[in-house]
Amino acid sequence: MQIENNKEQNVLVVDARKTDFFKKQVRIALRNCGKINPENIDEYIAEDGYEALGRVITTMTPEEVIDVMLKSGLRGRGGAGFPTGRKWDFARKSVSDKKYVCCNADEGDPGAFMDRSVLEGDPHVVLEAMAIAGYAIGSDQGYIYVRAEYPIAVKRLEIAIKQAKEYGLLGKNILGTNFSFDIELRLGAGAFVCGEETALMTSIEGHRGEPRPRPPFPAVKGLFKQPTILNNVETYANVPRIILNGAEWFANIGAERSKGTKVFAVGGKIKNTGLVEIPMGTTLREVIEEIGGGIPNGKKFKAAQTGGPSGGCIPASLIDTPIEYDTLIEIGSMMGSGGLIVMDEDTCMVDLAKFFLSFTVEESCGKCPPCRIGTKRMYDILEKITSGRGELSDIDDLYALASAIKNSALCGLGQTAPNPVLSTLRYFKDEYIAHVVDKKCPAGVCKNLLQYKIIADKCRGCSACARKCPVNCISGEIKKPFVIDQSKCIKCGTCMETCKFGAIVKE
Amino acid sequence: MGLDCGCFSDERGKKLLEVIEAEKNNPGSLIKILHEAQEIYGYLPIEVQKFVSDHTGIPLAEIYGVVTFYAQFSLKPKGQYKINVCLGTACFVKGAERVLDRLKKELNMDVGDCTEDGKFSLDACRCVGACGLAPVIMINDDCYGRLVPDQIPGILARY
Repeated sequence: MQIENNKEQNVLVVDARKTDFFKKQVRIALRNCGKINPENIDEYIAEDGYEALGRVITTMTPEEVIDVMLKSGLRGRGGAGFPTGRKWDFARKSVSDKKYVCCNADEGDPGAFMDRSVLEGDPHVVLEAMAIAGYAIGSDQGYIYVRAEYPIAVKRLEIAIKQAKEYGLLGKNILGTNFSFDIELRLGAGAFVCGEETALMTSIEGHRGEPRPRPPFPAVKGLFKQPTILNNVETYANVPRIILNGAEWFANIGAERSKGTKVFAVGGKIKNTGLVEIPMGTTLREVIEEIGGGIPNGKKFKAAQTGGPSGGCIPASLIDTPIEYDTLIEIGSMMGSGGLIVMDEDTCMVDLAKFFLSFTVEESCGKCPPCRIGTKRMYDILEKITSGRGELSDIDDLYALASAIKNSALCGLGQTAPNPVLSTLRYFKDEYIAHVVDKKCPAGVCKNLLQYKIIADKCRGCSACARKCPVNCISGEIKKPFVIDQSKCIKCGTCMETCKFGAIVKE
Repeated sequence: MGLDCGCFSDERGKKLLEVIEAEKNNPGSLIKILHEAQEIYGYLPIEVQKFVSDHTGIPLAEIYGVVTFYAQFSLKPKGQYKINVCLGTACFVKGAERVLDRLKKELNMDVGDCTEDGKFSLDACRCVGACGLAPVIMINDDCYGRLVPDQIPGILARY
């Protein structure tokens, strides 16, 4: 981040909170990250840690806790945005001797890493919130399902659980009450589908992480066939603050139908990358231009991608859209877990759609045919289009497949898999047409659709490109314009990077 | 590439048995046991799966099903240095493909392979959660970010 010399105040370093990057941010979920030592429970306690749990189990009834959650308007931060209080209420009302509280820390959405930051920077907040949830629904056992790709998060959670047990904040008769609650860690093993709630529970049970049909919903029949709630890390990270500051405080932050803040992992073609926690309702423009500092290298903003493989693109024309669950759905994207990838004019939207489809094809668990076969067919069509063999009927086929998959896939992964294609078709159909009809890739990404050419007027005949070419397809006489043999060219772009005179262009 | 039949009587076998004994009555602990087994042996050949099956009572077919379902479990040995190229969205947008191509070229192998001397293995993975540093590769626990392909030879030379 840029720290500027602030002459007016005659100080060398400005307060970080007043920089463009921080001044519009409101940190609730990330409040302790980077501030406290995550391996020391005392530092968490010094920041009011476990006070909310203490207050809940000594002064509130489970119904009162759920009432606070309902009134706060907190919605699931994992992407779908289901009201957290309602989820807890369903599980509370399910009758069973054994209930479970699960935490989804299987942050599989490529491009999102806020959960990792919370787990690594403030692990106790998750434990505290899970215990509060346990008290609210009547459960004494929690599971955190964390991806094995996050070894530091796993280590810090282990330390945190151990310390909390030593302090009597987890385990039997917490703070001398009748409430007991324990938490166990379960490691994922690299399967994106396990972020889906029923698949996650199947995986905790030690099986292949395949989703199950719903209903029955987990609040009725979840982990080990018992009533279960599953919330995402960032959702939990909001809970203790809501208890301490009250539902009204939280409900006053954010927008009408989306309360509180959301953390975004801003990445891609943007100056300031990193985690950004903003009140709901902040516009995309504020995030990209003010907080993110805009697009580097003088390029133009083309689109932002939210929601990962389940989401869609927001084109430049909609940059003033406020970021809320419902507004994003209306424009064909979704909140998702909070990945926000910024793209400039050098990104080909057809190629991007193909990238996401290749992801879902690989990560489809294979249980239901619409997802297993349908996404593969969509991928094949995109491959055909990007390699220059596309026909106009392929675009119709994409629509037909997308609607069939959306309507018939078993779980969220399949039902949302066509979204990247549908949203790029909605806003960037001209790019698809250019690939299919003109056999051109406007962004210059799809290798089969572009040519490297030497502009004779600019070429000095230095032979630098010819010497670097890995397939020796550039030839010519010294001090005279060189030429590229298109039949041999592998379009690696080395010649263009080598040329000092800008004589090689890609078209 | 199989393991000797006698191999489970050594230190590694003893360690795995300890893990199994400690975990086998904990419901749903198979994945945890397999993680430990892979940590001990470096990969999960059929012999190790059979050993787990024999000592947990879980059918071998089910264990094989789990091993092949999850990307992190490997039926093939990995290199001493495991290279993981992140192909998450942020890395993709920032040119991870070109980094991967360069690695393939430098090591003269494809994704999923291991060099003949067992030094390096190359894999592509889904988002290591360091998107602010894109494009990123991991070599064992070392993370290299904001990469351009020309840095690859220098990085490999460190190992």
